[in-house]
Amino acid sequence: MELLSSSIEIIARWDVLLALFIGSIGGVIVGGMPGVGAAVAIAIVLPTTFSLEPIVGLTLLLGIYGSSMFGGAIPAILVNTPGTPVNALTTYDGYPMTKRGEARRALSLAYSASFFGALFSICALMLLAPVLAKIAPMFGAREIFLAALLGILLVVITHRGQVLAAAMLACVGIFLQTIGIESTAYTQRYTFGMGWLQSGIDLIVVVLGLFAVSQALILFMDKDSKITLPEVEKVGFIDQMKDLWIYRRIAAVGSSFGVFCGMIPGVGEFMSQFMSYSYAQRTSKTPEMFGKGNPEGIVASEAANNSVPAAAMIPLLALGIPGEELTAMMLAVFYVHNVIPGPQLFAGQMDFVLALYLCLLLLNVIVVVFLFFSTSTLMKAMTIPNRFLGVMILTFSLIGVYSLRNSLTDVAIASGFGVFGFILKRLDYPTSPIILGIVLGKLMEDKLRTAMARVREPWDFIDRPIAFILFSMIVIALLLQAWTVWKDRKAAKSKTSDTRETQDA
Amino acid sequence: MSDHAPDEPHVFPEGRKPGEMLFSMLLLLLAGALLAALPWQTTWLNGKGLAAQPRFWPALSLGGVVVFAILHKLSRNQLDRTPGRWLEGLTWIRSLEFIGWYMLYVAAIPVIGYLLATVIFCTLLALRVGYRGKTLLWAALFGLVVVLFFKTAMNVKIPGGAIYEYAPEGLRYILLRYF
Repeated sequence: MELLSSSIEIIARWDVLLALFIGSIGGVIVGGMPGVGAAVAIAIVLPTTFSLEPIVGLTLLLGIYGSSMFGGAIPAILVNTPGTPVNALTTYDGYPMTKRGEARRALSLAYSASFFGALFSICALMLLAPVLAKIAPMFGAREIFLAALLGILLVVITHRGQVLAAAMLACVGIFLQTIGIESTAYTQRYTFGMGWLQSGIDLIVVVLGLFAVSQALILFMDKDSKITLPEVEKVGFIDQMKDLWIYRRIAAVGSSFGVFCGMIPGVGEFMSQFMSYSYAQRTSKTPEMFGKGNPEGIVASEAANNSVPAAAMIPLLALGIPGEELTAMMLAVFYVHNVIPGPQLFAGQMDFVLALYLCLLLLNVIVVVFLFFSTSTLMKAMTIPNRFLGVMILTFSLIGVYSLRNSLTDVAIASGFGVFGFILKRLDYPTSPIILGIVLGKLMEDKLRTAMARVREPWDFIDRPIAFILFSMIVIALLLQAWTVWKDRKAAKSKTSDTRETQDA
Repeated sequence: MSDHAPDEPHVFPEGRKPGEMLFSMLLLLLAGALLAALPWQTTWLNGKGLAAQPRFWPALSLGGVVVFAILHKLSRNQLDRTPGRWLEGLTWIRSLEFIGWYMLYVAAIPVIGYLLATVIFCTLLALRVGYRGKTLLWAALFGLVVVLFFKTAMNVKIPGGAIYEYAPEGLRYILLRYF
């Protein structure tokens, strides 16, 4: 009880609540603009939060992070364009419902399922907190190294069909973090004698280039499309929320998938909603209606993707290991504000951790109330033309890069990464492996060096229970991946021989 | 060719996009060149274990880029090629024009100040990407709002322009501090 009151004291301030309000509403708005998204918004806002107090800056960014997916469902349902990439599956059933004249029902289901998923996840996080507080101190250097390695591995292998590209990009990220003067022997690595490379490449500059500048370039190269907004009728708040009760089983299972995938570094929203959607389709009485406007599909995908942000905070706060690009950015925010996530945070600042959970809870309430009453106004954000959005993003991104050190070099580096990110987006390649490569690569290098100083035999590395479990998970993940590749190849071979036989016949 | 039924979710990109091979070849060449520079761009410390070597992680990561780029190329070779590789390459190069605009904008800030640079940048860029008439006014207004919010209200650290030095004493301070 004392802990709770201490946590409430941390957030019961006008500046924290204002930051939470601005972050939540801002997150919904940027989520509702196809082509912007939370990553771009966080990248832009990140440097401007440096001057704020840690809890204020963190709350602002947490608001954007936790609410963007709510907003992303609006264009997914109304105009068949997901606001954020993780709302992609919502278009499958949301848009057909809109075409049938059920836009309001589809939106209500998306909001209520998202709200349910988020609350489910926050409850799981709060219940797990005491367990985490006990387990987290058991993580030494070798356990953190293995957990980070597992995170990188999972980020790579969950990009189905692009595993090799994701692995290549994760290695690029790991290499980028090695540039500059290394921190133990103070030797130079890949500086080519240039002073500006000695301090290394700033993560925030990379993030701004890869997410914001690249997105502006994508929008400039695209054509403006005319969006016709459908009619959305007005329905009472309670009536809208009630509809979810019919699909409570799917919402609960979808949220569980979200919590499970969110807790494992590297898995995240994409996989959780895929699993949830497949489950809903398999167990539905009308599976043939999936993709044609089945409300179960919306509930499955929205409950799953919205339960990830709170769950993804578990490895981030307890171990300092981000699970995906947004939590990697959040990690940068923590470091900038001198809050070091990890076992010590749980042991020494549990009230701060609980305050963050309460912020997550509050932001979901703010967002869902805001959405139920302002969807029609919010829909106007979708009508901003693409290339005009590009102008806006490029202007905003300058504030992020240039205000760091007023350095033209930083802007040039961000521009370079902007072009790199533009190419990756054009090729449909993921950008998250690069960011996680940078963040987890640094962690792995530091922890491996520390751990190896105490290891005499290779077996010593995994002779502790948690280290052994993590090592086993790495081996299992590799074996599963090898099995998937083998299975896919076999399927491809039999398909080729079938085609040949048909042609011969 | 997709194996999925039309109503089955297929959220993972499939097939080979134009420019994929070009990209992996360029990345392979770059990583190869950086790997070749490993002996004189990193240090080997005598008497230290492998994990403590400053050379270990650059070698491992660049080696990884090379190996995965080769494997990626080999695996993509098996898929049907979508034509348009060089056209795609040209699109990458065309994007540099907007980077030029961006760099020009940054270079202009210390000279003409954040306010003028932002309003001009937003208007001219909107003009360049095809907007005319009222939209240009919206672009200029957007630039003004950005400056008022970030520099005037939030006091974000962006240098004042050299031309502000020519302003009268009282106004100069306001311009330097807020615009």
